[in-house]
Amino acid sequence: MAAKTLYDKLWDAHIVRTNEDGTALLYIDRQLVHEVTSPQAFEGLRQAGRKLWRIDANLATADHNVPTTDRSKGIADAVSRLQVETLDQNCRDFGITEFDMADPRQGIVHVVGPEQGATLPGMTVVCGDSHTSTHGAFGALAFGIGTSEVEHALATQCLIQKKSRNMRVRVDGELGPGVTAKDVVLAIIGKIGTAGGNGCAIEFAGSAIMSLSVEGRMTVCNMAIEAGARAGMVAVDVKTIEYFRGRPYAPKAALWDQAAQAWRALHSDVDASFDVEVSLNAADIKPQVSWGTSPEMVVAVDGRVPDPAKEGDTVKRGSYEAALQYMGLAANTPIRDIRLDKIFIGSCTNSRIEDLRAAAVVVKGKKVANTIKLAMVVPGSGLVKTQAEKEGLDKVFKDAGFEWREPGCSMCLAMNADRLEPGERCASTSNRNFEGRQGAGGRTHLVSPAMAAAAAIAGHFVDVREL
Amino acid sequence: MKKFEKLTGLVVPLDRANVDTDAIIPKQYLKSIKRTGFGPTLFDAWRYLDPGEPGMDHGQRRLNPDFILNQPRYQGAQILLARDNFGCGSSREHAPWALDDYGFRVIVAPSYADIFYNNSFKNGLLPIVLDRDTVDRLFLECAKTPGYKLTVDLATQAVITPSGASFAFDVDAFRKHCLLNGLDDIGLTLQCVTEIKAYEARRRKEAPWLFVN
Ligand code: SF4
Repeated sequence: MAAKTLYDKLWDAHIVRTNEDGTALLYIDRQLVHEVTSPQAFEGLRQAGRKLWRIDANLATADHNVPTTDRSKGIADAVSRLQVETLDQNCRDFGITEFDMADPRQGIVHVVGPEQGATLPGMTVVCGDSHTSTHGAFGALAFGIGTSEVEHALATQCLIQKKSRNMRVRVDGELGPGVTAKDVVLAIIGKIGTAGGNGCAIEFAGSAIMSLSVEGRMTVCNMAIEAGARAGMVAVDVKTIEYFRGRPYAPKAALWDQAAQAWRALHSDVDASFDVEVSLNAADIKPQVSWGTSPEMVVAVDGRVPDPAKEGDTVKRGSYEAALQYMGLAANTPIRDIRLDKIFIGSCTNSRIEDLRAAAVVVKGKKVANTIKLAMVVPGSGLVKTQAEKEGLDKVFKDAGFEWREPGCSMCLAMNADRLEPGERCASTSNRNFEGRQGAGGRTHLVSPAMAAAAAIAGHFVDVREL
Repeated sequence: MKKFEKLTGLVVPLDRANVDTDAIIPKQYLKSIKRTGFGPTLFDAWRYLDPGEPGMDHGQRRLNPDFILNQPRYQGAQILLARDNFGCGSSREHAPWALDDYGFRVIVAPSYADIFYNNSFKNGLLPIVLDRDTVDRLFLECAKTPGYKLTVDLATQAVITPSGASFAFDVDAFRKHCLLNGLDDIGLTLQCVTEIKAYEARRRKEAPWLFVN
């Protein structure tokens, strides 16, 4: 039998039928649902008089619009409130389990799924959200879909898909101290560009990737979409399997053993071939800071804002100039001289317990610089928050002057009340630095949790390796 | 779904690479629970000088005269000429909904982000890929020809310029079939009920833990 990649294996195991044009009807094991991309799908089902194919394959939570401050008074913004209430109502009407705003398990859908064991190795996982690629960290095939596909998966438990090309990004060697999963993925995107993975499913491999914790691998896969790939994935190893032991939705007893046995085969065959291969040397990766309005506009913390005049490609030069204009930065400015107004530690990229621990280590016993208007920590889920509080991390942050918030997407995309004002500059652990992403006119610099924490203390970027 | 067969439409050039979905339709409008009404806020931050919020009367807002879509010669455009990696970013289907609601039926670009590409077809919007040189040529022709129109014929898979030059494009047979006939995929998939059930029965044996909860 021909050698297969991990992606080939996952794909083949989910084919319901192959169509003449090479597309396949693919079976979906899990759909995660949130309030923003689902209302029109439920409305479509109602209009067509269709039912859900498999109710228990769905799990819902509200995350994008929820307030991160006191929730006892509900959501102040009427439009946001209606959207969240619409999700509650749709879940009740269709029988879907939902972790609503008052549920201690509520949180960002991509944090909640794995935390519950609702995402498992070997599954196909979809959600109406591009960062569904996160779940690939566990050897699953996970990808974001649009609302029409949300409706399609609800009604049929299947999606019509075209197979992507196989791409492998290897990172080998040892990561230096202070260099995290976030820096790895930013360095990858800096190298291959935001369209580098278009049309591909990326397997992240190599000793540096496998040395990451599963949460670190989630950070890497989370941003596969920022490299243009709908899906990112990492092979299953012992760490993956152990991560799921005892989680609420994970199999138990004999089924657990059977599942764990099957999961061990979820890796690319040694002689499998990839359509595209890229490799990076872990030792070359430094802490990264994005300077522009696309995640590929990134440099090492000891670097400088690039000079568009030195860019040969005219389309690129134009986009560099536009980015500098928007970001209010001059060419050649040392990254360390960039002063911040706000700090955001959170989002499905970096809001899990390990992220909060990494930031807390930097913050402990120090104070947020008085030039910083707001520094906030938004845990990824209610359970992450509880765990952090058990470890006293909330106190570390609060003592330093950070705000400690309720779980949700928050200032990652500013659909709720958390946002940047025009011209404000933020060090953010999220995944997108697009224009207006964190608020109209807001300026986002993507960094790791440790780098964001260090910037909060100094008031400008600093190299965490020198702390 | 809306059918697409053939169209001759006015072209507007958007000369910018990596146009992301936040730029196409900013997040404050994603709070809507409807599928329609996104046209007035397409490219909101570029199109208007004042910040936009849901519920505003967008007809009263200050237009940015420099933004290409606002220029008189491009009013009524149905074809958007764009650059590489158009539609990158989020999975929001609000992006094709907004383009459609504005009046676009076709986009021509050298490449698209995968999810956006896929979402477009589901909404009767045809994303055409032409190579970079051809797209460059169309940008040049469009700039110097007021009222520049292209003809797009899905059946023959061709883009035809006013001078008669014709460029072939690729499209998956299934997507083409759905678009030409305005077919809804869900209905088509539900014709495969037996196959889906057979798959589930087999999977339940192979991987029973996937069916526990
Ligand atoms: S945290 Fe940000 S990127 Fe993640 S799902 Fe929420 S809005 Fe999207």
